[in-house]
Amino acid sequence: MTTIVYVPGDAGALSLGAGEVAAAILAEAKRRGADVTVVRNGSRGAYWLEPLVEVVTAAGRVAYGPVSAADVPALFAADFLRGGVHPKAHGVTDSIPWLQGQQRLTFERVGVIDPTSVADYVKHGGYRGLTRALSMSGADIVQAITTSGLRGRGGAAFPTGIKWKTVLDQRTAQKYVTCNADEGDSGTFADRMLMEGDPLSLIEGMTIAGIAVGATQGYIYLRVEYPHALRTLQAAIAAATQAGYLGADVAGSGKRFDLEVRVGAGAYICGEETSMLESLEGKRGEIRVRPPLPAIKGLFGQPTIVNNVITLGSVPWILDHGADAYANFGTGKSRGTLPIQLAGNIRRGGLIERAFGLTLRELLYDYGGGTATGKPIRTVQVGGPLGAYIPASQFDTAVDYEALSGIGALLGHGGIVVFDDSVDMARMARYAMEFCAIESCGKCTPCRIGSTRGVEVIERIIQGIDAERNVQLLEELCDLMVQGSLCGLGGMAPFPVQSALKYFREDFRARPR
Amino acid sequence: MQTLVPETDVVKRIVAERRGRPGPLLEILHAIQGELGYIPGGAVPVVAQGLNLSRAEVHGVVTFYHYFRRSRPGTHTVQICRAESCQSMGAEALAEHARARLGIDFHETTANGRFSLEPIYCLGNCACSPAVMIDGQLHGRVTPERFDALIAAGEKAK
Ligand SMILES: Cc1cc2nc3c(=O)[nH]c(=O)nc-3n(C[C@H](O)[C@H](O)[C@H](O)COP(=O)(O)O)c2cc1C
Ligand code: SF4
Ligand code: FES
Repeated sequence: MTTIVYVPGDAGALSLGAGEVAAAILAEAKRRGADVTVVRNGSRGAYWLEPLVEVVTAAGRVAYGPVSAADVPALFAADFLRGGVHPKAHGVTDSIPWLQGQQRLTFERVGVIDPTSVADYVKHGGYRGLTRALSMSGADIVQAITTSGLRGRGGAAFPTGIKWKTVLDQRTAQKYVTCNADEGDSGTFADRMLMEGDPLSLIEGMTIAGIAVGATQGYIYLRVEYPHALRTLQAAIAAATQAGYLGADVAGSGKRFDLEVRVGAGAYICGEETSMLESLEGKRGEIRVRPPLPAIKGLFGQPTIVNNVITLGSVPWILDHGADAYANFGTGKSRGTLPIQLAGNIRRGGLIERAFGLTLRELLYDYGGGTATGKPIRTVQVGGPLGAYIPASQFDTAVDYEALSGIGALLGHGGIVVFDDSVDMARMARYAMEFCAIESCGKCTPCRIGSTRGVEVIERIIQGIDAERNVQLLEELCDLMVQGSLCGLGGMAPFPVQSALKYFREDFRARPR
Repeated sequence: MQTLVPETDVVKRIVAERRGRPGPLLEILHAIQGELGYIPGGAVPVVAQGLNLSRAEVHGVVTFYHYFRRSRPGTHTVQICRAESCQSMGAEALAEHARARLGIDFHETTANGRFSLEPIYCLGNCACSPAVMIDGQLHGRVTPERFDALIAAGEKAK
């Protein structure tokens, strides 16, 4: 009988040599005449253990990691095909403490299944949500999403059910469901992991959205930086179509839903939803002035749902298990679970899906184990390049929408980037302005010109030129950008700068050169 | 990378294949760059005519997006992530090292046409920073030594 060995095909695992490991396992198996089938799964999200190889044994799936191609002969010698003992063995995967404590709903199949196999997906609970949805009215599906308390995971945290209701209420022949897979924030990779590890859950979520509001066409707007996700999505869409879950007759319901992927072209601003719609239409990604809302006049002027990958990927679970089951997780107005991404200078980085409510400290130390460099953590940036820098004195803050906005920070897409005490906060502030200048769509002056001026002013501070006066100038400039910008790029790019000024003022003082 | 078919013919074929799709311009530009490696200046009027747009509109789209390039790339494209997470793990030092090793700055191509160096802002590999992508292959936790090994491989490979 063949032994099944899982070696992730996830881009992050590949970046650490998973491809070479898979090849080495097959070669060594051949040499020894062992009957081995290698399945390329997604990543479990424990990137500190990648490449994480799993072997299916009588005791369950047993994990080895981080495995390099050079380890492979020794693994065979240690009889890893039967769960043998080896310095890199971690026992049964599900009982690795870092994974065991998690509450995986949206990510329940990621790293577990063969990503593009509809059969494997269905075997692990896939398409039960769609089946349920097909027995409900559109209004009832929307109500279930509202009751679940699901809020957009792309950054703005808008209640998903309310958005869907607006689209449902429009009386037009053509509506669209679009998925925002632009994931531009540094420190985030949850969308990528889901698309590579369980793309069918996103496809199912979009199909349910289409059935709910009466949209027959879906688009996934994927950033060009994700070529692996593109291949997986295309394979999964083909497989779902082949199995009758997409196309003219979704699961035999007589309802149509078609889906295609459109690729972006390296513009951060195209993650903002109106810019994304412009880009989907093949234009420059300039921000549209609201109103009208995309839910009323969106893609090609038609009512359009725009949701993040994680938002849509959570929908099948909610329909399958019930809105209340989802709402039972979380705290306050932050219902359900959040896939947190622990990134940067951290020992045990990766994806942690837990109910809202964990504190930064628990994440950084219990899960993360402190910095990779072994130095103290000086600050973390939460919520991407527009998010605030948070000092260690506030690490007892809970990671939920309200608690973070309570300290003037924001959750965004749930990425946490860790810095040790060698970080120079004036340089990070300069980078925030630089990034805004590079990525500005150019439509309004405070963002376009202000960010360039910001870079110059901070440069002068770093060079010790008239630091005090320039800091004051910088503060005024930040206020101007916050108040005078049309969208979140210019309007929030000052947040990391202002927080750096507030908590790490010493880095902006005149310094010895 | 000399193409036998004149570039204009390639562009015309791509436009003809895709002009009927909804909002096709970005897809057309992707297809052109996919085949030719960049968007030649001569492609702009051809695309404009095919889609009934002004040259200025097409040019405006080409220049809006960082990914579209207007000059021929080197044999290998090296993208170094410069965003925050990678910075926290030494991306700036790595960028410095890369410039010195290749003898070029960002947005430049080596004189022998082997390598183009491009900045990129997050590759979604932030738990394995610093990250580098070479010809679509992702690399994580890249040290200067590993970078040199990757470049050496690129110098040998076709
Ligand atoms: C500058 C900027 C960049 C954004 N980037 C993204 C992104 O990459 N992905 C995303 O889902 N939302 C992004 N958003 C938020 C979107 O505008 C929008 O709120 C979201 O896609 C809606 O989906 P959700 O309700 O499911 O979160 C961005 C917003 C701004 C202002
Ligand atoms: S704030 Fe910046 S990105 Fe947003 S609309 Fe204005 S110029 Fe464009
Ligand atoms: S910041 Fe470099 S990969 Fe995300």
